[in-house]
Amino acid sequence: MPDFDAIIIGGGLVGTAVAYGLARRGKRPVVLDEGDIAHRASRGNFGLVWVQSKGFGVPEYQRWTRRSSEDWAAFSAELQNETGIHSGHQRPGGVTICLTEDEFTRRQQRMAQLHREAGATKFEYEMLDHAALKKLIPAIGPDVAGASFTTYDGHANPLYTLRALHAALLKHSGSYVPNVTVQRIDAAPHSFSITVNGVTYAAPRLVLGAGLGNNALGKLVGLNVPVHPSRGQIIVTERVQPILPMPTLMIRQTVEGTLMIGESREDAGFDDTTSPEITHTLADRAVKTFPFLRNTRIVRTWAALRVMAPDGLPIYEQSREFPGAFVCTCHSGVTLAAAHALHYAGYVIDGALPSELARFSSKRFDDVHAIAAHH
Amino acid sequence: MMFTRLPHTTEQTLSVSVNGVLVHVPRGCTAAAAMLLHSNGETRTTALSGEGRAPYCMMGVCFECLMEINDEPNQQGCLITVTEGMRINRQLGKRQVHQ
Repeated sequence: MPDFDAIIIGGGLVGTAVAYGLARRGKRPVVLDEGDIAHRASRGNFGLVWVQSKGFGVPEYQRWTRRSSEDWAAFSAELQNETGIHSGHQRPGGVTICLTEDEFTRRQQRMAQLHREAGATKFEYEMLDHAALKKLIPAIGPDVAGASFTTYDGHANPLYTLRALHAALLKHSGSYVPNVTVQRIDAAPHSFSITVNGVTYAAPRLVLGAGLGNNALGKLVGLNVPVHPSRGQIIVTERVQPILPMPTLMIRQTVEGTLMIGESREDAGFDDTTSPEITHTLADRAVKTFPFLRNTRIVRTWAALRVMAPDGLPIYEQSREFPGAFVCTCHSGVTLAAAHALHYAGYVIDGALPSELARFSSKRFDDVHAIAAHH
Repeated sequence: MMFTRLPHTTEQTLSVSVNGVLVHVPRGCTAAAAMLLHSNGETRTTALSGEGRAPYCMMGVCFECLMEINDEPNQQGCLITVTEGMRINRQLGKRQVHQ
């Protein structure tokens, strides 16, 4: 029987980040990955490492996101050093562009709220009017009202990041087992065993990092993980000369020159196909923001399913019924990759999540149910 | 010349320019084929390293055949049929965009 320190279910950005985090601390993790029949949010990700839209009314989320964003440069350098693969990470700052005065005013209120709620973290931002934004990003269209700007935002290539994480995991004696679907877990406190394709994997720790699969897997080990799919669609253009010096919430330019246009949200169940209506809406807003896009060729579109909790926050929890079993799930697998590898993995080894992550416990859903039942 | 025409292909031709040189190519052939017939094989340089590339799949999938056709950059040469007087040039790196 292969003996491991931890079994991680899920080989996407979340599962592999935690697994690599364990391996770099000298532990022996094994990643059980379903394969390409899974929904694969990590393959469809937009690639922002984004801070300025996270955690309105939830300072804990703002702080955790910020911490990951601060760690990303070192995390990326470490991955490159380990594997020779560059994640494409850059942190030039980022803007959320507002097309109307109304959007600008609402954005201003949101940023003021983040600032107010930041505590010692000190959330600094600037609201840029049209002229100030034009100096920063000359390509904006004449109808753009302005933007919010922070220095905390950046972006990375999700595919290179995932590849680097896998390579680094293997280099540190981690194991990766693809094409296995976990349907049964033999669980006892600090003792977990999974048999797939005739091989049994056993470990004192178990981490669920299986995205939308966590919902069903959680039930096997006493974890409540009510995640649902939220569809996002992306438009990809031909490669052009560098024209965007920093990412916006909706449009970013990769180091290869490609422009990616995203930021749609729909409840479409598990349907991960694109729709012309959304493509049209995205393209329309993109062209208003950057008129040069009117003459830029679209080479493909795709859709992917975000892993979304009812309140949009990550879920970090250790099973009370089966201590040693953890869940790690979020819709920001790129942004939080550094935090998951550098910090969350350490908490798994410690066998306890710190108080700063208490806000992300799934207990919050019990409370919601209790309130709903009360009414 | 890396490529030659099969002997039984049509004798009907039209004239296009490939990298600035006026040449005759079979009517109905693609811009990518015209470029392969009348260049040294390199039909573009890549957006990242600047290495030379040439058409590969010839069916619209691989994007290796990007070229500048009638001044329009990043065209998939394998999907475009030649017309009389067409100007076909190599795609050099990333295209320019005008703000």
